Amino acid sequence: MKYVDEYRDEGVVRALVAHLACQVTRSWVLMEICGGQTHTIMRYGLDELLPRQIELVHGPGCPVCVTPLETIDKAIALAARPEVTFVTYGDMLRVPGSESDLFRVRAAGGDVRVVYSPMEALKLARSHPERQVVFFAIGFETTAPANAMALRQAGREGLKNFSALVSHMLVPPAIRLLLESSSNRVQGFIAPGHVCTVMGLEQYETLSREFGVPFVVGGFEPVDLLEATAMLVAQLETGRAEVENQYVRSVSRRGNRAAQRLIKEVFEVCDRKWRGIGVIRQSGLRLRAALGEHDTEQLFDLDDFHAEEPAECLSADVLQGLKTPPDCPAFGTRCTPQNPLGALMVSGEGTCAAYHRYRGVAESRGRR
Amino acid sequence: MGSDCDGIRQRSCPVPMAQSDRILLGHGSGGRLSHELMRKVFLPALDNPVLARLDDQAVVDVEGLRLAFTTDSFVVQPLFFPGGDIGSLAVHGTTNDLAMGGAQPLCLSAAFILEEGLEVETLWRVVQSMRQAAAEVGVDVVTGDTKVVERGSADGLFINTSGIGLVPDGVHLSADGARPGDRIVLSGSIGEHGMAVLAQREGLGFEGPVESDSAPLHTLVAAMLQTPQAVHCLRDPTRGGVASALNEMAQSSGVGMTIDERAIPMREAIKGACELLGLDPLYVANEGKLVAIVDTAATEKVVAAMRQHPLGRQAQVIGTVQASSPGVVKMRTSIGTTRIVDMLAGDQLPRIC
Repeated sequence: MKYVDEYRDEGVVRALVAHLACQVTRSWVLMEICGGQTHTIMRYGLDELLPRQIELVHGPGCPVCVTPLETIDKAIALAARPEVTFVTYGDMLRVPGSESDLFRVRAAGGDVRVVYSPMEALKLARSHPERQVVFFAIGFETTAPANAMALRQAGREGLKNFSALVSHMLVPPAIRLLLESSSNRVQGFIAPGHVCTVMGLEQYETLSREFGVPFVVGGFEPVDLLEATAMLVAQLETGRAEVENQYVRSVSRRGNRAAQRLIKEVFEVCDRKWRGIGVIRQSGLRLRAALGEHDTEQLFDLDDFHAEEPAECLSADVLQGLKTPPDCPAFGTRCTPQNPLGALMVSGEGTCAAYHRYRGVAESRGRR
Repeated sequence: MGSDCDGIRQRSCPVPMAQSDRILLGHGSGGRLSHELMRKVFLPALDNPVLARLDDQAVVDVEGLRLAFTTDSFVVQPLFFPGGDIGSLAVHGTTNDLAMGGAQPLCLSAAFILEEGLEVETLWRVVQSMRQAAAEVGVDVVTGDTKVVERGSADGLFINTSGIGLVPDGVHLSADGARPGDRIVLSGSIGEHGMAVLAQREGLGFEGPVESDSAPLHTLVAAMLQTPQAVHCLRDPTRGGVASALNEMAQSSGVGMTIDERAIPMREAIKGACELLGLDPLYVANEGKLVAIVDTAATEKVVAAMRQHPLGRQAQVIGTVQASSPGVVKMRTSIGTTRIVDMLAGDQLPRIC
């Protein structure tokens, strides 16, 4: 398939790996930020191909994984209400809340729908004026523009029965938190290609300057990730710390200004709790007051949810690149994709799920 | 839930319940949840040696004749989709389950569960399609049943078909027949039925036609069985796709399998649609394809015979069976690395980004 096959070509992959092996003279710890990138690395076993001096750790960029437990519990409570049609992206269905998940709510009679686009949720609201349609607006800067568009449209149409449970996250504040941590081991970042398609490079240039750390914006195919790794290693080996763009077929320095304007028009920045990490300042987006009538949290009398992660789950350390999934004693035993202990085992983009699915328990532990 | 959870953590533990007290959609996915249901509910209650084989069909001896018997229910939505409809699918699905045991189909039954309010015209179209499909297969629908349920109790119409077939002498196919050294053969391109139904249901338009591959496979199987003792197992990779079919055979046979991603035939439109929707085509349903485990020495002959048949023109050797890693299916990826192809817990979920 055009624009895909050439980025999955064994010859190009081998050449990049050989190039990397010539380049690297010492050990480097690199982090790919986005869950989609983690997924590709595990699916293709890219880490097996890298010179042993390069350690890849997996970042917090899986939106399903970092959505706070309290928010999942709210979603589950809403979806169980008889008057609500709860609309969500597919991989949120299996994410365990404190006591249930959306699959089980649906099995118990809840009206839970899966959509590919928030505009489909709007359609549902228009065609079912008797239902309260609640859209689960989660994700990073990638899903924010489309979700913003749906909310703006709902505002313009005065769709009284459409609201969104908003739990958007922003990537740069999470990277800042990592870089400020005394336990940080990461020396260079593969920045998230789709987030940068929307937001451009400027925020990463600020981080790079401030912390003296290199960033390379990477795509999502094997060749993209190996090329981005080679570009990062080249910077590190020559003592540079800049923002470079490997994903040029999608990302421009300024990003998508129209999308950025739309996000600003609909959302405002707020503090946000990340599952497995805790509250990160100015790391979330919430609805602006002007769209308050489409804010689920204002429309519904929702209980105050407080939830604790199971102490055994190492998600927090894995999300910060301090541990890998096979370091966790529960990995593959008490925590499996069928019975996940923490969210990293749930989503296809979650680091633990990717290890489990593509490498298996025994082999993951064997390579540790 | 881990037994070490104390009182407080028990309330906050986000562990979903392995033993759900309700049926989830995932229990019908053909993945791990379906198997769990089989193991924990059906087998303990109904256990017998024939059922315990968990083949697509039962083969029973009746006075010297080996009869294959199978049943399948069809609940597809929409009822009509590019490349087929629930009627033809109900004939093909059951015919194919018989064919995977090497049986020549003899006759079918058809039971209809109709929702109050269904247009008779719709039923008429479905039944006409069944008639045509059965004629093409060369079987008659010799008995049937009709039930009508209240509006809201069924999604238009459901069909159950059962089938009886005759297994020729010397043919012994079962999911536990794979042996180290065997080759894995796929009859054609994958993912077409599942994507056609999804595209129709979701109103997704793709470049190029995406049509179901629904087709009866018994004549293709008969052509393959011309080479005696060559074919060890057959599966039609329906729900759960090629990945689940291979996992089932690897587990039943206690062998490992390795497939080559580049050898798996797939149409460009299907590849694109799966990429776009974040779905892995290895788990997408097929209704006119089969996976065969074939003796190495006879592989060339079997593949040649398959390629002579209209439904096997793209037949390919996609992998090998080995003694190591029993029960595990691995794949050599397009870039030359190796990964596991696991059985999914439930249905594939589209990823968010």
